[in-house]
Amino acid sequence: MERALPQPTPETQHFWDGCAAGELRLQRCTSCKQAYFPPRPFCPECGSRQVEVFPASGKATLYSYVINHRPRPDMGTEPHSIAVVELAEGPRMMTNVVGCPQTPEALQLDMPLEVTFQSFGAITLPFFKPAEA
Amino acid sequence: MKPGSIAVVGAAETTKLGKIPDVSVLGLHADAALNAMADAGLKPSDIDGVATAGASPVETAHYLGITPTWVDGTSVGGCSFMLHVRHAAAAINEGLCKTVLITHGESGRSRVGAGGFGRAPSSLMGQFEMPYGVTSPPTMFTVPVLRYLKARGYTVEDLATVSVIQREWAAKNPRASFKDPITVDDVLNSPMIAWPFRMLMCCLVTDGGGALILTSRDRAKDFPHKPVYIIGTGESVETPMVSQMEDFTTSKAFRVSGKKAFDEAGISQKDVDHLMIYDAFAHLPLYGLEDLGFCAPGEAAAFIRERNTAPGGKLPLNTNGGGLSYMHSGMYGMYALQESVRQMRGIAPAQVEGAKIAVSHGVGGMFAASGTIIFTNQD
Repeated sequence: MERALPQPTPETQHFWDGCAAGELRLQRCTSCKQAYFPPRPFCPECGSRQVEVFPASGKATLYSYVINHRPRPDMGTEPHSIAVVELAEGPRMMTNVVGCPQTPEALQLDMPLEVTFQSFGAITLPFFKPAEA
Repeated sequence: MKPGSIAVVGAAETTKLGKIPDVSVLGLHADAALNAMADAGLKPSDIDGVATAGASPVETAHYLGITPTWVDGTSVGGCSFMLHVRHAAAAINEGLCKTVLITHGESGRSRVGAGGFGRAPSSLMGQFEMPYGVTSPPTMFTVPVLRYLKARGYTVEDLATVSVIQREWAAKNPRASFKDPITVDDVLNSPMIAWPFRMLMCCLVTDGGGALILTSRDRAKDFPHKPVYIIGTGESVETPMVSQMEDFTTSKAFRVSGKKAFDEAGISQKDVDHLMIYDAFAHLPLYGLEDLGFCAPGEAAAFIRERNTAPGGKLPLNTNGGGLSYMHSGMYGMYALQESVRQMRGIAPAQVEGAKIAVSHGVGGMFAASGTIIFTNQD
C-alpha cells in the first residue's frame, strides 16, 4: 500500500521544496524574530506579514512519542514511533524517529536528534534519527 | 450567561446503548430526540431551536419535523454539545428561540450510515501529522503523555489506576458496557495499543446517542421534571494538531473554558459535589483535575490513587463509568452532560446523595477544543 503523503498548498510549498533539496525550512518574523511552524505567510505571535524562510539547523530533541503497535496499512507491520520533536530553533513538529530500535529503552525523552530525509516520489518527508556523537 | 437563567427540562439517551446494528446515525439522533421530548412532555412543533454535531442541524430538524428559528452546527469534536448548551443559553436569553433541542447520535461501532474518519491531505494535519502514521485517537491523543508523565513524576500505574476506579463506578450502572472489576495488573497486561497505552486505558467504541432540551427559567417549572439550572458555561479551542499544543503537560483549552465557567457561576472548586471529565483515554481525568483547579500540577495522580474520586470519595468523578467503561460512541460529551443532569435530578444509578452542584467538562479532538457546563438543582 502506498504511503499517505501530503498535498502541498501555496502556503506550504517552500517547506516541501526544502525537503526535496535536503533542507528543513522554517519561517520567522522579521519584526519580532519568532521562528514558527507549521508554515503560514504571517507571524502567529504578532500577526505581521513580514516573514522570511530560513534553513533550520536540523537539530532537535525528543519531546514526546508513542509506539504504535497497530500500524496503519501504509506504514508496514512493525511497531513504530510517532514522535514530536523540539527543534533547536524552538518550534515542535511531528515525525517518526528512525535509525534506532522502536522501543521505550532506545527512545529516551530529551535525547538529541538530527533531521534526515527520505523521498517518496514527488514528496520528500523529514524524519529524525539519533544525533551522531 | 446570567447564572440560572436557563434550565434543562428534557434529557435522555437512546433507548439502547452499545451495539445497535439496526439503527443509522440519523436514526440514533431521532431516537434520542424523541426520548428527550417524551421526557419533557413536548412534541416536535414545540421545539424552535436545534443544535447538533456530526449530523447537520438541517438534516436533524427536517427529519424530526421541526421548523427552527435558530440553529447551531458547531462541530469541534466530542465537547460540541457543551458548546451547544452555552450557545443555546445565549440564544434563548437573546430571544432568538424559546425551546432548544440538542441531539447526538453516533454509530461508532456498527458504522451504520456513518461517515469516514480522515483529513484532506492538503490540510495542515494532512501535511504535517498524517504522513507519520497517525490513525485515530489512540495514536494522536496519546502523543503528549510521555512528556506529561515525566514532567509530573507520574507512572503508567497512575494511568491504569484511573481505569480501575472508573470501572468501580461502572459496576453500579446497569447500562454500562463493562462492569466486571479490574486491577492495575489487568490494565497493564491488556494488549498494547500505542506505548504507553494499553487497551484498558482507551475508551470503548459503541453506538448510541443522547439529547437535551433547554428553555428559560420562567418556563422551566411547567415541565414534568424538576428543572436543572445552568449556572456557568465556558468554551475554548487550542489547535487542530496535537503536535502543536503550546505545552504537553496542560491543555490551554481546558484552562480557559474551565475558568470561564467557574467565574460565571461564582463558585470555587470546593463547592462542586459531582464532576464529569470526558475520559477518552486514562490521562484525561488527570489533566482535567489539574487544569480545572481541583488539584495542583503533580497532585492529581495521588488524588485519584487515594480514592478521592472513587465511590465514597469526596469528589465523585465520572460516576456513569465514563468513556472507559460506560460507553463511547465517538463524541462522548453528550453522555457526560446526561450523567450530570441525572445526578442533579437525583436519579443516577450511582447517585451522589445530596449533590447540589455538578460540573461537566468536555474535550474535543485531541486537546483541540473544550467546553464546560456547571449545573445546579437549587432554585
